[in-house]
Amino acid sequence: MLIPVLKIALRALARNKARSILTMLGIVIGVAAVIAMVSLGQGAQQQVQQQIASMGTNMLILSAGSQNSGGLRSGAGTSTTLTPEDLQAILRDAPAAAAASPSATASVTLVFGNQNWTTRAEGVGTSYPEIRNRGVSSGDFFTDADVAGASRVTVIGQTVANQLFPGMDPVGQTLRVRNLPFRIAGVLEAKGQSQFGQDQDDTLLIPYTTAMKKLLSTTYIPSAYISAVSSDATDTAQQQIADVLRARHNIRQGQPDDFTVRNLTDVANTAEATTRVMTFLLGGIAAVSLLVGGIGIMNIMLVSVTERTREIGIRMAVGARTKHVQSQFLIESVVLGLAGGLGGILLGILASFLLSIGFGWPQLISPVAVAGSALFSMAIGVFFGYYPAKKAANLDPIEALRFE
Amino acid sequence: MSPVIQLENIEKVYDTGAVPVYALRDVNLEIRRGEFVAIMGTSGSGKSTLMNILGCLDRPTAGRYLLEGMDVSQLDKDQRAIVRNQKLGFVFQGFNLLRRTTALENVELPLIYAGVPAAERARRARVALSIVGLAHREDNQPNQLSGGQQQRVAIARALVNDPSMLLADEPTGNLDTQTSIDVMNVFQRLNRESGITIVLVTHEPDIAAYAGRIITVRDGRIVSSTGLQACVVPPTLEVSPC
Repeated sequence: MLIPVLKIALRALARNKARSILTMLGIVIGVAAVIAMVSLGQGAQQQVQQQIASMGTNMLILSAGSQNSGGLRSGAGTSTTLTPEDLQAILRDAPAAAAASPSATASVTLVFGNQNWTTRAEGVGTSYPEIRNRGVSSGDFFTDADVAGASRVTVIGQTVANQLFPGMDPVGQTLRVRNLPFRIAGVLEAKGQSQFGQDQDDTLLIPYTTAMKKLLSTTYIPSAYISAVSSDATDTAQQQIADVLRARHNIRQGQPDDFTVRNLTDVANTAEATTRVMTFLLGGIAAVSLLVGGIGIMNIMLVSVTERTREIGIRMAVGARTKHVQSQFLIESVVLGLAGGLGGILLGILASFLLSIGFGWPQLISPVAVAGSALFSMAIGVFFGYYPAKKAANLDPIEALRFE
Repeated sequence: MSPVIQLENIEKVYDTGAVPVYALRDVNLEIRRGEFVAIMGTSGSGKSTLMNILGCLDRPTAGRYLLEGMDVSQLDKDQRAIVRNQKLGFVFQGFNLLRRTTALENVELPLIYAGVPAAERARRARVALSIVGLAHREDNQPNQLSGGQQQRVAIARALVNDPSMLLADEPTGNLDTQTSIDVMNVFQRLNRESGITIVLVTHEPDIAAYAGRIITVRDGRIVSSTGLQACVVPPTLEVSPC
C-alpha cells in the first residue's frame, strides 16, 4: 500500500516542479546555513583551542611570594623561600604535577663580534620545551648534564639570532653574555608576539643553575613553570602544590602562603566559552532560516491541499481512507523536507569548505550537524506537513467533490 | 434473493440553527439485484441527499440502510470508505477523473485503495476499459478524451472493483444529446447483459426513460415509484421483456 501512495506523492511533486524546487530551496538554504555556520563556529573554536594549547593549557605558574621585612612588603617574587628543591619535592609528592622548570630571569647584554643586543635571559630546566610547548627549530636544547654542571650553554630566540647573526647559522657559535662566553646549542622555534604584545622570540634560555650562580648569584628562584598531568588536572595540581609547599615552608594554619600558583585555564575556558557561544549563535540564526523553510513547506502544502480538494474528494469517493490521504500528503512534505535536507547538506559542505579555505582555518564538517540536519529536515517535513495532511484527510467527501 | 438496497424509515436532518431542515423523511425503498432505477426530482427535492446516503458518502440521521443485508447506516468515515471501495461504483456529472493521469491509471484508482497488486490492477483496469470500448485509449489523459469518452472511463472506474451497485449522479448532465445517448446505451448494456444494478439520478425524463423503474422524490419524500418492478432481467436472458 505504501509504494503506490509513495508513487502518487512523488508524481504530485513532479507535476509542480518549479513549486516543489522553490519549496525545497527554503530547506536547502536553511540546512546549508546550519551546517556552514556550525562548521565555521567549530573551526573558530578549534583555532582558538590550538592557540591556547600553544600557550600550554595545562601549565601552572608558581611564583615566590612577597618578602616582608619590618612591615615593608617588596612584592611578588621577592621572597627567598622558593628553591629548586621545592620543585623536586613537588614532582615527588604532588601526583597531579607532571613536570616543573624553574624560571629565573635577568636582563643581559649580548655581544657577538661587533654586534650587541640587550635582552632578557631566562634560566630554565630541561623540561621547559615540554611545559611551554616550544621546541628548537635548529640545534638542540641543553641537557640535564648542562643543568647539573651549570654549563655556559644557551638556546637563543629567533629575534636574538636575527639581531646578532644576520644571514648565518648561530648554532655552535660562542656569544658573550655579560662578558661570559656561552656556546649556542640551538635556536628556539619562532613564536611571535604574546597576547600582550611581547616579542616571545626576543629571549635566550640558559640552564637555571647557570643563571642563579653566574648571573644572579642567588640560591632561590623567583618563579617556576609546572605542568599538570592534563588540562583537567590543573585545579588538583594547584591544590597539591600548595599543600607540599606549605608543609616544606613550615607555614602554620591560618598564615598566608609565601607563594602563589596561577593557571591559564581561566583564559582557555573564557576563550572556549566565547567561541562556543558564537557557534550556538551562528547555528541558532541559521536554524531560524531552517524554520522559515519549514513554514514554507507548510504554506505550500496548505495551498496544495486546497487546490487538490476535488482530487481528494475523488480519491475518497472511490475508497481512500483517512490514512491513505494523510500519508499521501505527509509523504509529499517529507520528500520535500528530505530532498531539501540532502541538497542543503551538499551545499553546506561546499560552503564550509570554501569558508575554511577563505579563513585558512581547519576544515571541520560536523557529522553531528550533518546527521542532525538530515533528521531535522525530515522532522520538519513531518511536523509542517502534518497539519495540511490532517486537513486533507478530514475533508468531507461530499464537500470535496462539490469543490470547484 | 435479498435486495441490494433496503432503506427503512430513513431520515436526514440538517441542523442549521434554530429550525432543523428535513432533507429526507420517512424514506422506504427497496432495490433488487439487477434493477435499473432512476431517481427523479427537482433541485432541492432531496434526491442528492438520497444519492449521498445510498453511496455511503453520508449517514442518515435516523433509520436503517441495509446494503446487501449489511447495516451500513452507522458506519464511521473509514468504514464507509471501505464499503464504497468494495461494493459501490460512482459515476458523476463532472466525470471527476484525475487530471494529468492516464485513463488506465484513473481506472486503477479504486484498486490501489483495495490493496490489489500492480500487475493485477492493470489487468483488471484493461478489462474494465474494454467493456466500455476504450481499450485503445488507455494511455490518454482526460484532456485528450472527449466528454463522452471521459464519462466512459469514469464508468470503467466504477466497474473495476466489481461493485454490487453502480450509482450515477446526472451522468449526462455535461454531455450533448448524441453523446448522452451513447453513454446511456453503455449503462443499459451493462444492466441488461451483465445484470449490474444501476441507480441513476437525473432530472431529465428522457434519460430516466432508460431505467426500468422511476422513483420521484419531492420535499424529502418518495412520492411515486412507477415502472415494472417485476421486470428484473436475469443476465442469461438475451431479450428483455421490458
